[in-house]
Formats: sequence, structure tokens, C-alpha cells
Amino acid sequence: MQLPPALHARLAGAPGEAEPLPVERDPAAGTTPFRFAARQVRFPREHEFFEDGDVQRHLYLQDVLTQVAGDPERPRVPEFTCQVAGCCQVFDALEDFEHHYHTLHRNVCSFCKRAFPSGHLLDTHILEWHDSLFQILAERQDMYQCLVEGCTEKFRTSRDRKEHLVTRHLYPADFRFDKPRKSKGPATPGPAVQVSAEALGGDQVPSEGDAMEVCFEHTELPPEPSGERRTYGHRIPSTICFGQGASRGFKSTKKRNKHQ
Amino acid sequence: MRGRYRLSGLCSPLPVLILVQISSSSTMWSRRQRRLRPLSCGVEELRCRRREREAALRKARREQQLVSKRLLRDEDPEKAEGYVAVILGEAEIQQFLRLAQRGTEEKEREKALVSLRRGLQHPETQQAFIRLEGSIRTLVGLLTSNQALLQLEAARCLHELSHSEQSTVAEACLPATSYLLTYLSGHSSDFISPHLTVLEALGYALSQLLQAKEAPEKIIPSVLGSPLPQHMLQLLQPGPKLNLGVAVEFAWCLHYIICSQVNNALLITHGALSTLGLLLLDLAGAVQRTEDAGLELVGEELACPVLRCLSNLLTEAAVEAVGEQMQLRDERVVAALFILLQFFLQKQPSLLPEGLWLLNNLTANSPSFCTSLLSLDLIEPLLQLLSVSNVVSVLVLTVVCNIAEKGPAYCQRLWPGPLLPSLLDTLAFSDTEVVGQSLELLQLLFLYQPGAVQAFLQQSGLQALQRHEEVAQLQDRVRALQQTAQHG
Repeated sequence: MQLPPALHARLAGAPGEAEPLPVERDPAAGTTPFRFAARQVRFPREHEFFEDGDVQRHLYLQDVLTQVAGDPERPRVPEFTCQVAGCCQVFDALEDFEHHYHTLHRNVCSFCKRAFPSGHLLDTHILEWHDSLFQILAERQDMYQCLVEGCTEKFRTSRDRKEHLVTRHLYPADFRFDKPRKSKGPATPGPAVQVSAEALGGDQVPSEGDAMEVCFEHTELPPEPSGERRTYGHRIPSTICFGQGASRGFKSTKKRNKHQ
Repeated sequence: MRGRYRLSGLCSPLPVLILVQISSSSTMWSRRQRRLRPLSCGVEELRCRRREREAALRKARREQQLVSKRLLRDEDPEKAEGYVAVILGEAEIQQFLRLAQRGTEEKEREKALVSLRRGLQHPETQQAFIRLEGSIRTLVGLLTSNQALLQLEAARCLHELSHSEQSTVAEACLPATSYLLTYLSGHSSDFISPHLTVLEALGYALSQLLQAKEAPEKIIPSVLGSPLPQHMLQLLQPGPKLNLGVAVEFAWCLHYIICSQVNNALLITHGALSTLGLLLLDLAGAVQRTEDAGLELVGEELACPVLRCLSNLLTEAAVEAVGEQMQLRDERVVAALFILLQFFLQKQPSLLPEGLWLLNNLTANSPSFCTSLLSLDLIEPLLQLLSVSNVVSVLVLTVVCNIAEKGPAYCQRLWPGPLLPSLLDTLAFSDTEVVGQSLELLQLLFLYQPGAVQAFLQQSGLQALQRHEEVAQLQDRVRALQQTAQHG
């Protein structure tokens, strides 16, 4: 199939529609015994027209799922450490490092050092936490934007927003917005992963009235039977260590303390 | 930028090496790294096996069984896994989940999830998982873990669960989907991230759910009432953040929603037509580039659902009601489509009908698009497709009819050129539908193009017509044309 050379240029060119040639129909067109009428066609899901494409899709999935089920070999490299100040996570595969870097170091607030999963959430955080103009405006109008992209709702307080996220967008009810920094321990130089209740040795019952910050940290499995107090603590992933502070950070594995 | 750290500022040599690695792996359109099992059979045997698989799938589809999950599991006796899926009970599942979430040793946590995933290959384990309270919630937490390996294993668990014959699993995931999409979509595609794998798994799970029998009544309305459609469209925006594997899954999701015809007007108001149109342009651009480099392209996996979505959406009355921005009027779409058609002809001929279907829907009611085909010199390439198959030939002729029926100004531009010789060729076909469509086109040409009749007669057109005089579906039209040709 030979395409005119100018076509590729057209694709790269500016958007636009062609000025249509004049339309002039003869009533005899398409009349008996003829039957042609220009007509758009739609096909419902089960139509046999889709058979070929559906079969190809299925073959693709079979291939993909075979890969998923198999345990892939991961290329290993000599162990190395994350270079970000205060972080001594060790890796032996590049993918793991990239993921670590991306989730914990990439979108970091330079004011308070909290890490966010995306640029969008970081921007939201900076706006809500470090912009005094925002605070002023928030006194008079709804400024807390829903986090779900595409939802344009705004709220008066971050608690209202959380309420909305839970009821309207079905976020987990125990989904955590981090507490503001009231920790008793010294300021940590590393990524702002919240410290568990036990490690700080304190009473970390959250107060819902606090302004909330936008961070994605998750709770544990479903709470124990209701008699027990819920642990609102956030885990430190066991391999992250801090410069000082949390006692859990020093649980030893042979990978630790390579870079001190 | 205020408030942000950037990747720059690392000064030791190793991170520089990593940077190099990252940039070389960010070509979205190159075929994914496939970790193939060592082959113990030849290429011919593989082809043969593939044909058998295809035949089995066609049969299944005709029996409406294609959605059946068990077909996704290729019963391959050569699978060298060396273990059998173990049935796990609720207690064991819970134990594995706790270990995965709270274990102190990374390896321990990983192993727990691997064990769980293997167990989930068995339907009874799947059901036990669904029954266990909080299991999905825990899984959601693991799907957003900041530890790559856990996240990946969790995604694979989700894959396994998606095969459950009961839709309860995917339904249970549905509420968490908005949350997961928000969390996972915020990444940059510079990094190879498990986020992408999880996103893909999520899209896949959703696509399975959307194919359920009850989907049009129960599931699709609630999906349409949530921000999910906007999320999905966002994941289909062309640009540096587009990931092929993720886009494929969500494009199929959109297709299942659209062809169920629940509320396509809503999708149009969300800009689905323009997003998908731009994506089509992007696909065509990628095809052009990689053809030069000779790289293999997995774009056909994405092309199919995109073509279907566009074609079906164009038929909605709502298209007329929205602003121009939301419509599809850009003639570059036609250019893109032809570039893709050429690609399909070489690599994936089974997609030609779908591409031509879109071309029909673009041209049927649009003088502008018909004019584009003429001014971009696309008639001749179009006619070159006539010998591919009967289905393709009928569609090609239909598109040309769409142009011709708009009157003399259009027929004039179709003439002279290869049209008449092509028509005389198609009249020699034995397929009734192909011949029938040729007759329709002839009528239009006779009506609108002076000189067409004479040229037809000169090139032995009457003989070409003769052979169909006795065919029931064709005879009336044949006679009418013979009369017009002979008596004017």
C-alpha cells in the first residue's frame, strides 16, 4: 500500500478540517433496485465483527499472564546504597532503587521534608501547608480541593475533604492523612516516614481536629477485635534507618549500616 | 522549583550509571522486555500451536465463552513451574497477609506474598480470599507499598484474583480503584516503577469485571457515575507519561463500556473523542518512526480498542450537541488512520476491517472528511486494499460510495484514475457482497460523472456485468445498470 509522501507531513502538521466540496445529491441515487445509503455503523459487544480482534486480545493476554505467573529473573548488581542524605537503604537491583527513590525521595517538600507519591500531591501539600495566602483565602472560601483528579469539589476544611474522599470516592475509612509534626523525638533528617507509636514510646492517639496533611501512608490489617486499642502508628519499613531516634531503626540485618 | 528536590545533585559515580540506565529504558514504544522461557520446540511448531490456540478461541467466542477465565490459563504441559497450586484456607491466607505486611525481613514478606499468589492460582483459594474480611483492603495497601518487590507481588496476586470465575473479586476492588488510580497515576514514566505494573494489573482486573454479563445493568452505570472515566481518559492521554501496557488495559475497559451503550454521551462530554483522536495520531507517529528503525511494535494491541471506541462513539447523537473541541474533525485523523492501515496490512491484517470501519464512520456523514480523502490523494492507496479479502473489499467500496454519493463535485475528483479498472476487477469476484457493493458504486458514478458510462462500455463493462445476471441478489441491479449503460 503506497501512501503519498505528503501524508506524513500532514500528520505532523497543524490541526484543521478540509473545506468541504459542495454536496449535491440526485434523488435517484440509491433508489430501487439500489439501496446504498451512507450510514455510520455501530457494533455491540458480542457482534461477530469483533471476533478477530477479540481473539488477538486473548492471545496477548495469555502471553502476558504467562509472564506474570512465571518468576522473572531480576538482574542483580553489586550492592549499593541510596545516596540521599540520611537514607542508608541498600539495594542489589536497579529497579528496586528506582522505585525507592521515586516513592521516597523524588517528590519531597523542601520545607518540611515530607515525601509524596506524586508531583500533584506535593504541589497540593505545599499549597495547603506552606502558602500563607492559602490560609488567608481558606478563611473565607472553600479551598481544600478533592484529591481525585476529575472531581472538582472543594471544601472548607481538610477534614471535610477527607469525609468526601471516604464517602464519595470510597477511600478506605482508615486511610491516613499524616498527623502534623508533634513527635517527641528529635527532628529526623531522613525521609519523613512516620514513626510508629511504640518507637516513640508515647501516646499517639490522633486528634481528628488537627489539620491534615496529604501523604499516603497506610494502616495495618483490619483492626483486632474491638476491645483492643487501635494502633494508629505508621510503620517504618524495617530497612530504613534514621540518623537518630526510633529504636526500631536499628533492628539489624546484614544489609544495614553499610553506609554510616 | 520551589519545594522540590530534583535528581541532580548526586555526585557519586554509581547514580550516574543509573541515570543512563533510566533514560535508555524510557522508549515507550519499543517492545517490552519479555523474559521468555527457553524454547524446546521450533518456530514452526510454535506457529502451529498458535493457530490451534486461535481456533480454540474463535470457537469459544462463538459459544460466548471467550470471557471464561479458564481460557486465559494456557494449559501448557511444558510449564516448568514444578509445583501445583495449593489450596489455602482463610487462616493460612490471613497468616500470609500479616507476614507480608508486618514481617521484619524483606525476603520473608516477599515469600509470604509469593506463597499467597501461588495459592491464588486455585479457585478455592480465590474464594477463601474473598471471604476473608479485610483481605482486599490489605491487598490495596500492598499495591501501594513503597517496596518494589512487594508491590509487584501484590500486583500478581491481583492478576490471579482477576481470574476468579466470580465477579465478586473485581467488584470488591472496584471501590478502591479511584484511590489506587490517584496514587498510582501520579508517577513519572522516567522510572521503571512497579506502579505501572500495578496500574496495568488494575486495568486488567477492571476489564474483566466490565465483561461480566451483568455489567451493563449493574457495574457500568456505577463506573460511569464515578471519576473513573476521567481517570481512564487521563491514562490514555498521549505524551511522555503514556505507558503502553497501562494504556492497553484501560483502552479495553473503555471499549467494553462504550459498546455496552449505557451512557456514551457522558464520555463524549469528558472529551473522549478528542483524547482518543490524539492518541490515534500518536500511534500513527510511533508507527512511522519505528518502521524506519525496524523495531517491533506492540502498538497494535492499543490500536484495536482505540479504533473500536472511536468508531462506536462517532455514532452517538451526542456528538452533534457538544462543542467543536469535543468533536472529531481534524483531518490528521484520516492521515493517521491510513498510516495505521498500511501498518496493519503488513503486520496485522485482521485489524484492517476495524480500521476501515472507523473510516466509514468518519466519512459517512462528513463532506469534510470525504474531501480530505480526495485532497490527500488517498483514494489510490485505499483501492490497493481491494484484493486483501472480501470483508475488506466490501468496506473499501463502501467508503468510496460514501464519497461518491455526495454528488458530482466528489465524483469528479474520483475520476479518472484507477477507480474504473478496480471496479472491473471487483466485478470479477465471486463474492456477492463485493459485487453488490461494486454495483452500488457504479450507479453513483453513472449518475454523477459524465463520461463514466462511455468509459465503462469501452472497457468491456457489459461483459463483466453479464456473469452476474442470474444471481438472485444481484440481478435487479445488474439489469438496471445494463439499461443505463445501453440507453443512457
